[in-house]
Amino acid sequence: MQVGRGKSAAGLAGRRPWGTGNLGDALARAVFAGLGLSLLAVALLILYELVLESRRSISAFGWAFLTGTRWDPVDQVFGAAPAIYGTLVSSVIALILAVPISLGAAIFLSEMAPSWLRSPLSFLVEMLAALPSVVLGLWGIYVLIPWVRDPVETWLGGHLGFIPLFDGPPFGVGMLAAGLVLAIMVLPIITAIARDVMQAVPSSQREAMVALGATRWEVILGAVLPYCRSGLVGAVILGLGRALGETMAVTMVIGKGYNITASLFQPASTAASTLASEFNEAAYNLYVSALVELALILMGITLLVNILARLLVWRVARSPEVIAE
Amino acid sequence: MPIAGVLAAILAAFLLAACGGGESKGAESTTATPPPGGQPSPTVQGTTLCPPSGSATSLTGAGATFPFPLYSKWIDEFGKLCDVQINYQSIGSGGGIKQITAKTVDFGASDGIMYDEQTAAAEAAGGPILHIPMTSGAVAVVFNLPGVQQGQLKLTPDVLADIYLKKITKWNDPLIVADNTGVSLPSTDIAVVHRSDGSGTTFIFTNYLSRVSQEWSDTVGFATSVEWPGDIGGEGNEGVANQVRQIPGAIGYVELAYTVQNNLPWAAVRNKSGKFMEPSLDSATAAATGVPLPDDMKVLLTDSSNPDAYPIVGFTWVLAYVNQSDKAKGQALVYYLWWAIHDGQQFTTDLLYAPLSPEAVAKAEAEIKSISYQGQPLLQTP
Repeated sequence: MQVGRGKSAAGLAGRRPWGTGNLGDALARAVFAGLGLSLLAVALLILYELVLESRRSISAFGWAFLTGTRWDPVDQVFGAAPAIYGTLVSSVIALILAVPISLGAAIFLSEMAPSWLRSPLSFLVEMLAALPSVVLGLWGIYVLIPWVRDPVETWLGGHLGFIPLFDGPPFGVGMLAAGLVLAIMVLPIITAIARDVMQAVPSSQREAMVALGATRWEVILGAVLPYCRSGLVGAVILGLGRALGETMAVTMVIGKGYNITASLFQPASTAASTLASEFNEAAYNLYVSALVELALILMGITLLVNILARLLVWRVARSPEVIAE
Repeated sequence: MPIAGVLAAILAAFLLAACGGGESKGAESTTATPPPGGQPSPTVQGTTLCPPSGSATSLTGAGATFPFPLYSKWIDEFGKLCDVQINYQSIGSGGGIKQITAKTVDFGASDGIMYDEQTAAAEAAGGPILHIPMTSGAVAVVFNLPGVQQGQLKLTPDVLADIYLKKITKWNDPLIVADNTGVSLPSTDIAVVHRSDGSGTTFIFTNYLSRVSQEWSDTVGFATSVEWPGDIGGEGNEGVANQVRQIPGAIGYVELAYTVQNNLPWAAVRNKSGKFMEPSLDSATAAATGVPLPDDMKVLLTDSSNPDAYPIVGFTWVLAYVNQSDKAKGQALVYYLWWAIHDGQQFTTDLLYAPLSPEAVAKAEAEIKSISYQGQPLLQTP
């Protein structure tokens, strides 16, 4: 979600429309308009298909589907609350863990790293972003989970077990493991975008601060971060989007407990992991329909997050300019 | 074993691993049971019958993931013998049932019996549909208890059900100790591991628990995916095996092949006649031997009354319409199925599937012979 500062580009397109009688221009305009609209068509088709396929579940459970906590394929009772809860909580854990590290890494890469270190490090970050999630999931099963069980959960349970978050037997698989895997997945995305955004800050901003006698730290805090904060919010939201929809790696480490508990040690489920686990063998129509409704809800959550992000970026983007004026 | 076969099996395993939820079996063979070298059959003795000329040279099928490695092997072998190319997609039993109902494939495959709703839909689309058994598999109960050896742990059906109901939560519970005198059981918590993905293995296991425990039947029931009373889900057989191996005090259930591949010890489970049985290909085949089998073969083999049977066993079926709408394809299909339940059975044990019992083969033969085109049976047996 790169924030467009390009008012001028939009203005140009508005004042000098294409197609001044030239056939080629008219053709190009039609083709590109078609391509642009096709994106919208695909999105609408997906939405239409999801609504169509989930109508059996919608009519069977109504709004209670959103608050229901049971997922019982035998009794044919389905409720999405634990999946919604799991989706949101695992993503929030991921952001809590990843955002400070990502921003720190981005500041280092953009502002402090010596140039010989900058490219190899940036390359590594981008490589991490390209890691297939199934590979990360396997790594989660074989390396991360044993480590999460002992020492992490054993220690947390032993010393902080009185806090409901860290209560319960240390299984390794569960909400905490899912949050950790997601944190690793969103880390490179947030880092890479935040770095790009910081590098886009004009040098004149930094130079002005330095001329005023600011230290390097004060330059970052006073000139760089305020200037690009809308971009940074965008970076975090992109990471959140990835975390909400991530399927494979989460499915492999979350342990599929279908309940809402405060404990991070307990196996949990996300909307995407439930879909991935159960869709293949969903044996009857209502079951499939309930899974599709879960997909619809997931789409709704992502849409909502994106709208919120837009609003946030828009608000944040306005304020420094007002100050500047 | 020909190289192509090994490659097919390895490829199958990789494909399934890549799909995540799949159940796969490696191409490793056990020394425990030698291949029987062709199942004797009442009508045809070891001769391969290829479809007559004019039959289709390609078929498509879709369904269960559990028998996929075996089906791949069969497709490979039958293709070499009779020049029929079969494309089998292991998309899961539910998917297989949907595809055969939509008639987009020539045959379906399932680890479970079709629900009434599904049967009604399929019959509306293509008339009566058959469940033809192809092989059976045993589900082993595996555990992680340091110092306790394979087969040493003995579980009664009640204890197993209570563990999965989370009513027994410690390994040194008097109910477990009662059957395990001489085995040192720790006071650790039992971590109950189950499949997180929908699967035929879960279907067989929960069906068994439903048969032996009224409480399980009332509160949970059986299906490819159920509302588990507790603990941890593992993705695929591999995921369950891995959780059990990692967590001390864990108990889980996996396909027999996975215990061998993962070096996991299994428990002996008491069968209906009161004998503690360990899972093996022989005790799995025994589950369908000497017990009444219905003509439609829609039977679940769990809790078999055969005294030599391991109790947690299930068939996997091919689903095919009695009335074929395409003569050429129908012919190719019946000859393939006929080959699979006879000569094809010799490949089962190498891949750790239990061969069909003679009784099951006889019932399957009758089913295949009933497949017809416009009222004419498609199979011509000598």
